[in-house]
Amino acid sequence: MSTPHAAPSAAESLLEVEGLAARYPVRRGLTQVLARQTRRWVHAVDGVSLSLARGEMVALVGESGCGKTTTVQTISGMVTPSSGSIQLDGAEIVGLSERRLRPLRRRMQMIYQDPYESLDPRFRVSQTLVEPMLIHGIGGSRSDRARLAAEALERAGLAPAGAFLDRYPHELSGGQRQRVAIAAALVLGPDLLLADEPVSMLDVSVRAGVLALLDALRRDPGMGILMITHDLSTAAHFADRIAVMYLGRIVEQGPAQTVVRAPRHPYTRALLSVVPDRDPRKAGTPQILTGEAPDPANVPSGCRFRTRCPVAEAQCTTADPHLRFPSDATDPAHEVACHLA
Amino acid sequence: MSVQISKASPSAEVVGPHRSGFLRTALREHKAAVAGLAVIVFFVVLSVIGPYISPYSATAQTCAVYAPPSAQHWLGCDDGGIDMLSELIQGGRVSLLVGFAATLISMVIGGGFGILSGYFGGWVDTSLMRITDYLLVIPDLVLAMVIAEVWGASLLHVIMVIGILEWTSTARIIRAEAMSIRERVYIKRTRGLGAGNARIIGRHILPQVGPLLVANTVLTVAVAIYLETALAFLGLEDPGVTTWGTILNNAFQRTAISSGAWWAIVPDGFVIAAVIVGCFLLGQAIEDTLNPRLKVAHLSVRRWRLRPLIGRGEDAI
Repeated sequence: MSTPHAAPSAAESLLEVEGLAARYPVRRGLTQVLARQTRRWVHAVDGVSLSLARGEMVALVGESGCGKTTTVQTISGMVTPSSGSIQLDGAEIVGLSERRLRPLRRRMQMIYQDPYESLDPRFRVSQTLVEPMLIHGIGGSRSDRARLAAEALERAGLAPAGAFLDRYPHELSGGQRQRVAIAAALVLGPDLLLADEPVSMLDVSVRAGVLALLDALRRDPGMGILMITHDLSTAAHFADRIAVMYLGRIVEQGPAQTVVRAPRHPYTRALLSVVPDRDPRKAGTPQILTGEAPDPANVPSGCRFRTRCPVAEAQCTTADPHLRFPSDATDPAHEVACHLA
Repeated sequence: MSVQISKASPSAEVVGPHRSGFLRTALREHKAAVAGLAVIVFFVVLSVIGPYISPYSATAQTCAVYAPPSAQHWLGCDDGGIDMLSELIQGGRVSLLVGFAATLISMVIGGGFGILSGYFGGWVDTSLMRITDYLLVIPDLVLAMVIAEVWGASLLHVIMVIGILEWTSTARIIRAEAMSIRERVYIKRTRGLGAGNARIIGRHILPQVGPLLVANTVLTVAVAIYLETALAFLGLEDPGVTTWGTILNNAFQRTAISSGAWWAIVPDGFVIAAVIVGCFLLGQAIEDTLNPRLKVAHLSVRRWRLRPLIGRGEDAI
């Protein structure tokens, strides 16, 4: 299905994220404030760099709490980054005022995990679709907006649109709701879709349909899609590239097939080893990671994965590995942050 | 079923968990609410058409002092020889006006404070809630007496006092609701679209807290009418105005009890009680419908039935 792209060159790159970091303060009690204990920070995102071309789908995978959602929220402008740069078509968006950011918001749209929560229960489908146009002043007249809303709905796979426009969210199924949410993103004609686990709340039977819709959108109008998922098989199937996150940092990224078939980072290997195979006789030995991911307010020294790494060596406690192309790499676009890879 | 549904448009008939039909749901599930609404509507209509159906003048003497009820004067006459029925109708107009006007003020202030405080949080929340706390601890009757003493007894002052004091509980309830709505994903999504605070509050938060505001408001009407009556009874209202409270006060001051003129007291007390009970029945039914937690608390005593997915009555699925 997916054709592995080469790493995009800077020229055709739609989204370019460089050294992005976002942190949240840890709440201090009154006694701690009085004792002048220094404020501690949770480094939810700690130096993430990634790029995305038009028509490309990149999957961001990793376990819960590794900073996937914060990364996407930072890109969408909902969380202010503490450092780093985000460029959309070469234009820097970090540090822009809300007013300057607004026209850019139109170009990147978020799709949320829970379609039961992401639509206003009091809004008819048509109202949900028209609202983004009102905010951004699109569509001259009421009938123009109605036409655009119907078009977006049909593009999102809810046809005929007339059968859905007057419904309330509670009258729709989960898959239909998610399609409405996608249509509400499409009415603005975005270049970039940020999808935060778009199918994890849906029934398995409708997941494929929604994923196929996203796949079609990146092919036809050529949108870039950054999709968060913790389902590696979904990522392998639909995404062009996979970026694996661990504790706020990307530890391995490369073409989807390469990452899945020949993982280099021990964390990626562990993740892949627990993906059940279709053939029960072929069950490999799942490599269960011991323990919890470390507290992101208190990241281990050296390699942040070493506390749970099955192959950690002495150098891993001192030197922090950076993303690099392994010397013996078979795929030139495959990057790994591990001393031993 | 007391609710008739038109069969004309099937799509309009679909009733679901969204709150826009809260009033209908409340009326359907609580028979007492129907009675409450009927009482309120009755008195409102009576007040509106009062001047046209009132049998006598509410200010001029038309019969003997403390004349007992008769065919000409159904509820007898008061100490000034004024027809009680006419006086009750006139007094209701003023009492209801005071009740609704004060409630409107408290609804606007309470809703505004609650929404702003819950939506913005932070220092806005802190400062607005401190103001609310101060007003919450002021005893309403005492403040009303002080104001009546200082500024003089007048209807406007009564309306202001009630309006300014009765919004605090509304503000707290609305604040809690606004805080929870603020965290919903669709609010975040709307903000992510680039919507400003005004749009989010006006289009998403306000419609959502609206029903709750109405439920509280109906209860406030009862409190306002009660307080107005109490103030008038204590003689803290303009004596030249006829309200249900001043009627009661007059009867009490001018020896209606020792004269055995029960008709000067009982009908008046009855209408006051009826309106207040009506407001409470309706308000509580609406609150009950809106607050699912109340339903869980009453699990054991509630009748349970599965609600049809689509349609109602015989065409339910």
